[in-house]
Order: sequence, then C-alpha cells, then structure tokens
Amino acid sequence: MNKNISAVSALEVHDLTVAFDRKPVLWNIDLEIPQGKLVGIIGPNGAGKSTLIKSVMGLLPLSSGYCKIFDEKIDDVRHRISYVPQRESVDWDFPVSVLDVVMMGRYGKLGLLKRPRKADLDVAMDCLRKVGMESFANRQIAQLSGGQQQRTFLARALAQQADIYFMDEPFAGVDAATEKAIINLLRTMTAANKTVIVVHHDLQSVSSYFDWVILLNTRLVANGPTTSTFTQDKLQETYGGKLTLLSDVGDLIRRENFPNREEKVL
Amino acid sequence: MNDFWIILTGSLVAISCALLGCFLILRRMALVGDAISHAVLPGIVLAFLFSGSRDSLTMVIGAGLLGLITTFLIEFFHKKAKLQSDAAIGVTFTWLFAIGVVLISLFAGKVDLDQDCVLYGEIAYTPLDMIILEGGYLLAPKAIVVMSCVLISILLVIYFFYKELLVTSFDPGYATALGFSTAFWHYLLMGMVSATTVASFESVGAILVVALLIVPPATAYLLTDNFKRMLLISSGVGVVASASGYYLAVWMDGSIAAAIATMCGLLFALAFVFSPTHGILKRKLVRAIN
Ligand SMILES: Nc1ncnc2c1ncn2[C@@H]1O[C@H](COP(=O)(O)OP(=O)(O)O)[C@@H](O)[C@H]1O
Ligand SMILES: [Mg+2]
Repeated sequence: MNKNISAVSALEVHDLTVAFDRKPVLWNIDLEIPQGKLVGIIGPNGAGKSTLIKSVMGLLPLSSGYCKIFDEKIDDVRHRISYVPQRESVDWDFPVSVLDVVMMGRYGKLGLLKRPRKADLDVAMDCLRKVGMESFANRQIAQLSGGQQQRTFLARALAQQADIYFMDEPFAGVDAATEKAIINLLRTMTAANKTVIVVHHDLQSVSSYFDWVILLNTRLVANGPTTSTFTQDKLQETYGGKLTLLSDVGDLIRRENFPNREEKVL
Repeated sequence: MNDFWIILTGSLVAISCALLGCFLILRRMALVGDAISHAVLPGIVLAFLFSGSRDSLTMVIGAGLLGLITTFLIEFFHKKAKLQSDAAIGVTFTWLFAIGVVLISLFAGKVDLDQDCVLYGEIAYTPLDMIILEGGYLLAPKAIVVMSCVLISILLVIYFFYKELLVTSFDPGYATALGFSTAFWHYLLMGMVSATTVASFESVGAILVVALLIVPPATAYLLTDNFKRMLLISSGVGVVASASGYYLAVWMDGSIAAAIATMCGLLFALAFVFSPTHGILKRKLVRAIN
C-alpha cells in the first residue's frame, strides 16, 4: 500500500458533542486513531460508547463537531466502513435465516436494482466459516443462542469487506473459546492494515487484546497505545470513585466488585 | 359473473394489503396501517370537493397525501414532542378521521359519500361500476382495474427493491450505516399503504382494510420463519378469506366485508392453534413429550 495513504488517520473525531434532550452524553471529544490498530473503547455503562460509534456512523444528530474516516466525510466512504450494532438492536424473531442476514453485508456494495450473485454468496459463506457458523447458514435466526446471534452479526460485518470496522460489544454472550478465536481473526485483519474498533467490557483482557484504547466517560479520558494509556490512574479517572485503589487491575476484577462489568450470558 | 367480480375484487385488495401488511407488522407498525386507513378520510372528502367527482385518481392522490401527512405527524409527535408512539398514533388519526367526518356532514348536500360506505364499503356494488370501452364493449368493473394497477405497482416495488425493504425493516441502524435512506423507504411504504387503503376503501371500507392489512400477515407469521414464504402465505390467506367470506355472506345474507374480516379472524385462530411451528397445540405436545 502507498505509504502516503496509510499515513492517513483511520478515524478522526473533532470537537464532538452529542446530547439527548439537551443532556450531553458525549462532551467535546477529540481523538485520532491510526490505521491498522485493534482498538478497545472502554468505559462504564452509559459512558456513551455506543453513542460514539453511532455518531461516527452518522446515525445520530451531532450537537457540534465532525467525524472523518480516512480523512473523508462518512457518506463518501460508507463502502469502506463496517458496523456491528449491539445485538439487542434488532428483533431476533424476524423471519430470516442466518445466511439472509449475512448477505445484508453485501447489500451496500450492490447498486439499486442489483441482486446478490454467486460471488456474494461465496463471500457470505466464507465469512460464516470464519466465525464458525457455516453449519448454521440455513438456520432461522430465532433459533440461535445469544453467542450465535453475535457471530452472525460479526459475519455480516465481515461480509462487507471494509477497511474499518466498528463493533459494539461483539463479545457479549460469546463463550471464551469463541472470543479467543474471534480476537485471532481480528488480529489477522489488523495485520492486513484493517482498523478494528471494539466496545469492550472485560477489563482483564484489555491489555492482551488491544493495541490501542479509548477510555471514555462522557468526556474522553484518554486515547492512545494500550501500554502507555491503560494505566491505573487513567482507569480510576474513567470509572470514578467506583474503583478502589489497588495497583493491580486484574486483582480487582477477580474480587468481582467491579460495578461496570456486565454478566456473561453463556 | 357477479360472484366472480366480487371475489376477484376482494382477492386483489386482500393480496395488496397482505403484502404491505407483512412489512408493517415486522416493522411493528401494524397500528400505523390502522391509523392511515382512517386518517385518509379527510383527503378523500377534500379531493372529492375539489374535483367534484369520485374519480379514483384524484382520490388516490388526495388520500395518498393525507396518508403521508399522517405518517409525518406521528413521527413528529413521537420524536419531537416525545409522546409514546402509540399515543402519537392515537392522537393523529382520531383527529384526522374526525375532521373527515365533520367535512362529510358539513358538505352532506354536495358530497355523494356516506360514512357507512366509507367505513364498511360496498363490495357488492363493484360489478355495477363497469368501465365501458369506446364501442360500448364491456371490459371489467372499475374497482378491478384500479386494484390491479395498485397490486401490480406493489409487486414491482417489492420485486425490484426487495433488499432495500428487507434491510431497512430488519435493522434500520445497520441499513443507514450501509448508506440506505431508511426515511425514503419508510415513506415509500407508507405512501403505498395510503394508496392501497384509498383504492380499496370503496369496495371493502376502512375497517376491513385494517383487517386485511394485519390479520393475514399475522397468520402467515405464525406459519413460517421465512420472509418470502410469509409474503406468499399471507396473500393466500387473504384470497381464501375473500372467497370464503363472500360465500359466508351470501349464505347469511349479510355484509360481505364483515364476513371476509370474520374469515380472516377464523384463519388466524386456526393458525394460532394448529401451526406446526408456533401453534399452541404443538407447544403443548412438545411439553407433554418432554
Ligand atoms: N435514544 C436515546 N434517548 C435518550 N437517551 C439516550 C438514548 N440513547 C442513549 N441515551 C443515553 O445516553 C447515555 C449513553 O448511552 P450509550 O452510548 O448507549 O452508553 P454505553 O454504550 O457506553 O453503555 C446513557 O445515559 C443513555 O441513557
Ligand atoms: Mg452500549
């Protein structure tokens, strides 16, 4: 890839403020993320993590500021952006099959009046294989477990063959082995200079999963490489007084008194 | 021959409504269909007052506009005034419907429309209103011609824009992220619901339109997990209800529209009990076996 092009930031957020009913949910966010990183968005419930992703995708009205992806307006690069919404955002009783859902990942590439072809089907099946769901292709989505629903959404996002991926809690309800397999998959993607931005809840795995972290709690607390950014005092600042003073984050989580860690549903 | 025309009219209306209704119920907008079918009344009356005729095209346009205004008002009250969506629907359509009723009574002398006809339709009279070609050659009842045009338009839209309608119905946020305009497809769908309601109100009336919009799709939803099959089954349910409803009405010497709605309800009840996938009988059996 051209050196000049890969030097462009994957994501640039400038002076972003988003409010619901005049109550700001994101306040004055400024951040920049280089290409080819596996990025974790970390913060307590209600910190505005989903709101940040939705604002970047242009799904919410912004009170101020702008977002750019690959230094372009979002609407000009939608074909390079992929999105995994939170699993609860859809009705899983909708009468479609797993393959139907994954095929939706191809819709953005097809023009008006165009139908998916064999090549699109091949891509969809390939993506299902990557998340270990190929044998579920014809299963109705109503019959999936939470983890399988999540993997279906992941396969749909992969089918977009984008350059930057936004994933809202892709590991909610996924078992540990699958989570590891998916992280490996995301690693091969970032190795190919794709950028993957993931809302993540399990603080214990942050250091081993992500190259880069965004610590968020309405305001941006920190944004940078994990090693220098994911520190005790920054976490303290993100989670406020809810975090007791302990030097070892891992220790803290083992004691299970962390207020913002969501239950894993298996 | 009259039997045939009436059943054909009923079936055309039923298929049009069933197809649109599938999208409505999956978008959790069944009540929006209900609202539109009532709220188009002032549009019909105004179109009639302005054009002075019951010419279908003027009415379809007048009511289609009102249908879009209804959808817009519901969204407006819900999003901007933060009213619950069911309350927003209730406020909007009762108000518009009332205006329609007031207009009819105000202009009772000038308007050859009566409320009973609007509410309950007069499918039995459809064969009387024939379109006659130049040479005095009898073609077909007007209602058939109008409803055929409506159905063909709906079929074309669903055929050509299936993927857009599907993705915006299933996951609007994702569809927007892909670059689809959810608002456009929403209003297109609502426009079609309005046009269908108006085109069918003369034959089946506002109340039966609601039954046909919601009950056959709900029945099909119980019978399949496949969206394309749901479209087919709900159309089939609509046709069966129209034909059996007609004979029921003849046998009882009662209202055809009411009999068709009754048959819709009966078919739904059958699906509810006997559906191989979602029926209560099957669930009981599964529980008994386990
Ligand atoms: N559609 C909405 N209307 C009003 N408030 C909202 C809406 N969506 C989110 N919020 C509020 O915005 C805040 C941030 O939400 P969200 O971005 O979903 O948090 P997170 O994903 O970090 O848990 C929460 O306090 C939530 O209540
Ligand atoms: Mg969230």
